Amino acid sequence: MSLESDLLAPGIPWVVYAIAIPLVAALAAIVLGMRAARLALPAAAAACVAALLVVAQVYAHGTLEYAIGGWSPPLGIKLRIDGLSASFLVCTAIVVSAIAVYSRPLFGSGDARETRAGFAFWPLLFFAWAALNVLFSSADLFNLYVALELLTLSAVAMVALDGKADSLVAAMRYLLFALFGSLAYLLGVALLYGAHGALDMQLLRAAAGEDGVTLAAGALITAGLMAKTALFPLHAWLPPAHAGAPAPASALLSALVVKGSFYLIVRLWFDVLPMAGTVAVTQLFGAFGAAGIVIGSWLALRQARLKMIVAYSTVAQLGYLFLMFPLAGGAVGAQPWAASAWTGGIYHALAHAPAKAALFLAAGVMMKAVGHDRLSGLVGIARDMPLAAFAFGLGAVSLMGLPPSGGFTAKYLLLTAALASGQWWWAAAMIVGGLLAAAYLFRVLNRFLQEPDDPPMREPAPRGPQVVALVLAGISILMGLLSHFPYHLLQIGRSVAAAEGLS
Amino acid sequence: MNALMPILVLSTSLVPAIAIFFVAEEQQRLRTAINLAGALCKLALVAVMLGGVAWGATYETRVPLLPGLDFLLRVDALALLFITLSAFLWLLTTIYAISYLGDGPHLSRFFGFFSLCVAATTGIALSGTLITFFMFYELLTLSTWPLVVHLGDKASMAAGRKYLAYTLAGSAALLLGMVWLESLSGPIEFAVANDIAKLDQTSLRVIFFLLIAGLGVKTALLPLHSWLPAAMVAPAPVSALLHAVAVVKAGAFGIVRIIYDVYGIALVNELSVGLPLAVLASITIVYGSLRALQQTEIKRRLAYSTVSQVSYIVLGASIFGPFATIGGLVHIVHQGLMKITLFFCAGAWSERLHVYKIDQLNGVGRLMPWTGVAFSIGALGMIGLPPIAGFVSKWYLGIGGIQAGQPWVVAVLLTSSLLNAAYFLPLLYRAWFLPPTIAAEPGRERKPWLIAPAVITAAASLGVGVLAGLAFSPLGWATLIVERGYGP
Repeated sequence: MSLESDLLAPGIPWVVYAIAIPLVAALAAIVLGMRAARLALPAAAAACVAALLVVAQVYAHGTLEYAIGGWSPPLGIKLRIDGLSASFLVCTAIVVSAIAVYSRPLFGSGDARETRAGFAFWPLLFFAWAALNVLFSSADLFNLYVALELLTLSAVAMVALDGKADSLVAAMRYLLFALFGSLAYLLGVALLYGAHGALDMQLLRAAAGEDGVTLAAGALITAGLMAKTALFPLHAWLPPAHAGAPAPASALLSALVVKGSFYLIVRLWFDVLPMAGTVAVTQLFGAFGAAGIVIGSWLALRQARLKMIVAYSTVAQLGYLFLMFPLAGGAVGAQPWAASAWTGGIYHALAHAPAKAALFLAAGVMMKAVGHDRLSGLVGIARDMPLAAFAFGLGAVSLMGLPPSGGFTAKYLLLTAALASGQWWWAAAMIVGGLLAAAYLFRVLNRFLQEPDDPPMREPAPRGPQVVALVLAGISILMGLLSHFPYHLLQIGRSVAAAEGLS
Repeated sequence: MNALMPILVLSTSLVPAIAIFFVAEEQQRLRTAINLAGALCKLALVAVMLGGVAWGATYETRVPLLPGLDFLLRVDALALLFITLSAFLWLLTTIYAISYLGDGPHLSRFFGFFSLCVAATTGIALSGTLITFFMFYELLTLSTWPLVVHLGDKASMAAGRKYLAYTLAGSAALLLGMVWLESLSGPIEFAVANDIAKLDQTSLRVIFFLLIAGLGVKTALLPLHSWLPAAMVAPAPVSALLHAVAVVKAGAFGIVRIIYDVYGIALVNELSVGLPLAVLASITIVYGSLRALQQTEIKRRLAYSTVSQVSYIVLGASIFGPFATIGGLVHIVHQGLMKITLFFCAGAWSERLHVYKIDQLNGVGRLMPWTGVAFSIGALGMIGLPPIAGFVSKWYLGIGGIQAGQPWVVAVLLTSSLLNAAYFLPLLYRAWFLPPTIAAEPGRERKPWLIAPAVITAAASLGVGVLAGLAFSPLGWATLIVERGYGP
């Protein structure tokens, strides 16, 4: 046996390490208090390695399953990791690690260590990471509920981190939406459990029919998750919360936290209740998505503050994800183009993560140097901090869906599916969304390159955080050139049965 | 080695571009060294490939993006025509730009995007699949924008906004056309026969319209042209690059690819979409010349002249017949050489004499004789005076029109030539025959790197016309392309 096959043997539960390392790190960070920042990078590196090993394992052996404590469902809880789970695990690992590197000087040194933010940031970051990893690998609906709550509570606390009045209001609003979401989710799960006596996704898939209780439960769970994902029309909490949080927290929230609940919606509609996706339902999903794209982009265009623009952009970008439902969900799942649509939707969620994180992190550097993030103050900033401006530009390319970038690859897949299926109206929404994204992002980039009339004196920005943003933006670009590997990873254990490849 | 060649030739521009972004602003020598090393390496590689392709070699790099969808770089004769032009003019424009911009602000950013722009152009030439083409086409849009807004003042920012509004709307049309076509037929590769003739004819016509509209923005086809004169606020080297090599040529080159490698000239003829395009190109030719006549600024007159001249390429490509095709293809090179000469000269005048308007041109021929001669050769070539390059293009286009049974093409060419004469000859008259109105001291041309590029390209415009009969002249090469299956 070679070292490689030893390491990747399917029996080794690397995914448990991927969950346990951030969880232990979070608890240790509480104990360490002001010295937690020192722990951050080694812990992040270890969790990254575990996530990469999970990907390699899935690539080598296909879908993995572990019964926790040796008890199989329906008595015990199962972890199930397919290509979709593994992709989200590694995407999370990369983005959170970058955020950790970026945050060290912010929350790990000098005065910051004495503040509440400096104390609370690290446990919250690692709790959120652990919760995301559970979310992406668990197969049990109640276990998922626990992960979802842990994620929500860490996220809400992160919004409130700086303790200003605005942030507290935003956090409160977020909390109310999220608690409504949790309640609806829990109610749905309880209904399913009562009707079918199971919480494991595969058991439920086998048991659930098209009865009223199942459909009502599905609707409740979906509504709850939509509120947490901030899908239009339940998006109102997102912009103030994501814009008000400190930059690294904004990056985490926009790039990953909303994807957690989106991931569960995908699991529910493609794995647990595939038969519930009637044409009316999937078209409704698509309509919400398209409305989110257009309205989110329009509102982004009207903001005067950089972080608000980036936050509204998240509302718009989340809209694209829901176009995969009319193009791949329910009855059309067997069509040849459904495979591209499904992969395109997921790819969009994955590619959005590093791009949006890069934007927020770059915005954070600028905000720190300028003291505020009003657009008027950012004129000519490309001269003072070219790396941050460049990172913002590269991330913007991916958000606009221009090639070469992960955002473009996703859009290409979704567009081909929309036209091949004759649903040209979704293609129109995507094209309009791309143009609007270009409008609101170039509006920002314009300010960066404009020459100020009287150049303001700004304190020089440190290079480190700018480089982190640039690396993330670079990843979102590379995802457009090296899409071959992630595409194949996503197909492992994919639930939509359809011919692979482009029609 | 053959699989590595396209990547190598792309990296000769791409690697310097990325490296220059990280060069500190004040390290001028290092920046110049990287730039020139890249440009010289590229010329050397191009020379090797010219020999190889002439003897029948192909160079291909293929990277799978998605199942069935490949990122493909491929050197064929047509690609090489464009790459040779861009490699040669990149070197000269870089030398010119270093001298023109001196020690102005943001030079690392400028030269980084400048090289990126050339890398995108090279990629467009090398693209072997439609998706690869689209990727580089958009990279070109994005890398040109910072050059257009380089000065950062109000006028530049406004021109930049206009440029983006036009080109990004064009991208949307191109993207829609491409995705629609590929959703019907599967991914499109240029070198293999694409079996799209069996598809629904109406769809094919609409897709053709979308693709041409998308490419027509950069080609500055009427009515999508007005960003081009606006972009004149950019520094002269940028205008030179935009008008001769990068942006407008990318659009025209794309139209050639769509007609010959995606649809095939036979199918274009069968769908009867070629003639409307030829008519549109003809209208653009005449309209551009008429508008050029009205301009009082030298650079704006040259800009409208570009609108007119680039449509010769589209005209040649859309007419069914080998001579017209040769004329269109060879004009890619000829127009590039002549137009860059004119822009180099206009830039030199504005830089050394502060001459921007046509009525300031009196006597500048005597003040800056080398520049004056170079400009005169370029302008006479544009008019179509033999034996300068422009004559060869027009001759082939005219014969091609008659061959295809479209004799009105000759009338368009004659009208355009008369108009060209009407808007260029007054400039030459002022420059050579009227006494100088500006106080001149000698030594206006003592900045050799600002003057030499124009002299070289002027000599080249003359040379490619005189030596058109040789196998390695642009005409010989265009004939080779047509012989290798571009004809009907």
